[in-house]
Amino acid sequence: MSLDTPPPSGAITRDEVAHLARLARLAVTDDELDVFAGQLDVILGAVARVGEVAADDIPPTSHAVPLSNVFRPDERRPGLTQEQALSGAPAVEDGRFRVPQILGEEQ
Amino acid sequence: MSTELIRLTAAELAVKIHSREVSAVEVTRAHLDRIAAVDGQVNAFLHVAREAALANAALVDESIAAGTAPASPLAGVPLALKDVFTTMDMPTTCGSRILEGWRPPYDATVTTRLRAAGITILGKTNMDEFAMGSSTEYSAYGPTRNPWDTSRIPGGSGGGSAAALAAFEAPLAIGTDTGGSIRQPAAMTGTVGVKPTYGGVSRYGLVACASSLDQCGPCARTVLDAALLHEVIAGPDPLDSTSIDAPVPAVLEAVRRGADGDLRGLRVGVVRELGGEGYQAGVQSNFEAALRQLEKLGAEVVEVSAPHFQYGLPAYYLILPSEVSSNLARFDAMRYGLRVENGTSAEEVMAATREAGFGPEAKRRIMLGTYALSSGYYDAYYGQAQKVRTLISRDFATAFAQADVLVSPTAPTTAFPIGEKVDDPLAMYLNDLATIPTNLAGTAAMSVPSGLAAEDGLPTGLQIMAPALGEAVMYRVAAAYEAARDAEGGGALIHRVPPMEVSA
Repeated sequence: MSLDTPPPSGAITRDEVAHLARLARLAVTDDELDVFAGQLDVILGAVARVGEVAADDIPPTSHAVPLSNVFRPDERRPGLTQEQALSGAPAVEDGRFRVPQILGEEQ
Repeated sequence: MSTELIRLTAAELAVKIHSREVSAVEVTRAHLDRIAAVDGQVNAFLHVAREAALANAALVDESIAAGTAPASPLAGVPLALKDVFTTMDMPTTCGSRILEGWRPPYDATVTTRLRAAGITILGKTNMDEFAMGSSTEYSAYGPTRNPWDTSRIPGGSGGGSAAALAAFEAPLAIGTDTGGSIRQPAAMTGTVGVKPTYGGVSRYGLVACASSLDQCGPCARTVLDAALLHEVIAGPDPLDSTSIDAPVPAVLEAVRRGADGDLRGLRVGVVRELGGEGYQAGVQSNFEAALRQLEKLGAEVVEVSAPHFQYGLPAYYLILPSEVSSNLARFDAMRYGLRVENGTSAEEVMAATREAGFGPEAKRRIMLGTYALSSGYYDAYYGQAQKVRTLISRDFATAFAQADVLVSPTAPTTAFPIGEKVDDPLAMYLNDLATIPTNLAGTAAMSVPSGLAAEDGLPTGLQIMAPALGEAVMYRVAAAYEAARDAEGGGALIHRVPPMEVSA
C-alpha cells in the first residue's frame, strides 16, 4: 500500500531536469531546478514500482473502453467563424494569428 | 424564506418550481445571495454569472406560467459548473493563469445539455489547475476552503464544486474525475459524487487533463439528486468519439428501487487491498459501520482480492503525466490564452509563457510525463504502466464475478489542514489510492457520505464501485445505504455542517 520503496539507481539530476524543462518548453528558474530535481526523484522512485510486476506477456491497455473508428456522413456543418477563432488570440493581424519569429531559432 | 430554499434538495426545489409554489427566480436569487454571503470564506466560485442565471430562471418561470411542460425534471434548479467546461458566456480558466479571462468560442456538450434542460448555471467553480491535485490548493486563484472547517481543504481537484454543495451555495454541481476528483471531494465535504463509466458522459468541451481517464459526472447532496443530474448530462455524443453509443443506465429507476431498502440477493465485495494500514481510524470504523448497515439491508458482504490495485497509484502517476505533457502542449501562447512577450523567437515566448502561466503541480507533471515518454525510458515506465492497467482491469473482472458491487473507503483520511501536503507531492498523491483503480479500468464508482470520523468530526465517504455501465446497481446500493444511514444518524449528514458566518 505504501510507496516507500527505494528510488531506482540513477537519481535524477539537476541537469536532467533542465533538459526535461527545455523539451517541455518551460523556462524554469534556478530555484525551481533544485526543488523539482528533488521532487521528481522521489516521485520517480515511487512510480518505478510498476517494474515489480511480471508483465512480459500482458498486453498494454491504452484505453479502458475498446475504441473503433467512427464514421459519419461527410456533410458540411458550421464551424467557428474567423472572428470566433481569433477571439482569444494574444495578437492578431489581417485576420490571422500574429506570432513571434519562428524561423531562425535554435541556430 | 430564502434560507430555507437553499437547504432543499434539487428534487424538492424542482417540485416547488414546477408547481409554481416558488419561482425559479426566487430560488436562483436565494442561492446568489448565499454565494454573496459566504463565498468570501469558501472561495468555491471563480466566476458568478448573476445576470445570466436570473435571466435563465425568468425564462423557466415564463415557460411554466405559459403551461409548457418543464424542459427536464431539473428545469429551474441552480447548478455550479466546474471551471474546466467551456462556456461561451463565462470565462473558462481551469484554475490556471494561462487561461485567465479566456472566453471560449463554443460550449461543452455538458454545458449545452444543462442549458437545454433549463438548469440555471450559477457560475464556475474553483479547481486544482487543469484538474491536477487532491486539495484545490493548486488553483492559481487561491484555495477553496472546506465548509466543515474552513482551515481545511475540501478535497480536489473538484473542491469548488463539492464545497459549493456543502456551503449550500448550490444544490447541484458538475465535476470531473480523472483519478478521484469527484469522489474524494465528495467524501471530504459529506456530499455525493459520481464518476460514471468512461465514455458515459461526453468530454467534448471538457479541457483535457488525461484523455483516457477523464470523466465528467454529477455532484449533489443526495443520491436522488445525483441520479436526476446524471440522466441530464449522460448519453452518446457524436462530438466525442469515446462516448459510449448505448442507452444511459436507468439510474433514477434504480434510486427509487434502492429507496425501498431491500438489498437481499445482492453481493457486496470488500476489496481487501483498499483498507487497513494507511487508513485513518475514523475512516476505517465508519467503513465497517457501513458494511454492517449493508448487511442489515439484506446484502451479502464478501471479501474479494485485487492484488494489482497496489500498483494502481504508480501506474496512474506514469500514465496521467504522460497524457498531460501531451495535452498541455496546446498552451503555446499563439492562439489563445496568456502570452508573455519575453524573447524574440516563438520558442522563447512559448517557454516564458508556460513558465509564468503554469503552477508547480502542472510543471511537475508535464516534466514527469516528458521523462516517462522519453526514448530509453518508455518501455520501463509508460509501457509497463499500460500493462499494469490491463492487470487492474482483470482484477476488477475477477472481483465482479464474485460481487455485484465493490466497496471501500473513498479516501484514506478526512480533510487535512490547508498547507499540510502542498509541498509534498507524494503525500498528496496518496489521497487517491482507493479511487484511481476505477479510472484505470474505466468502470463506474461513486462516493456517499458514511458519517463523521470520531477523532475529528469530519465527514467520510463510502465508495461503491460497479462494472462498466453498471451504474444502476451502484445507485441502487447508494440510495438504500443513504436512507438507512440517515435514519440511523437522525437525518442527512449534510445538515450537520456548522453554520457559516454570513457577511452582509
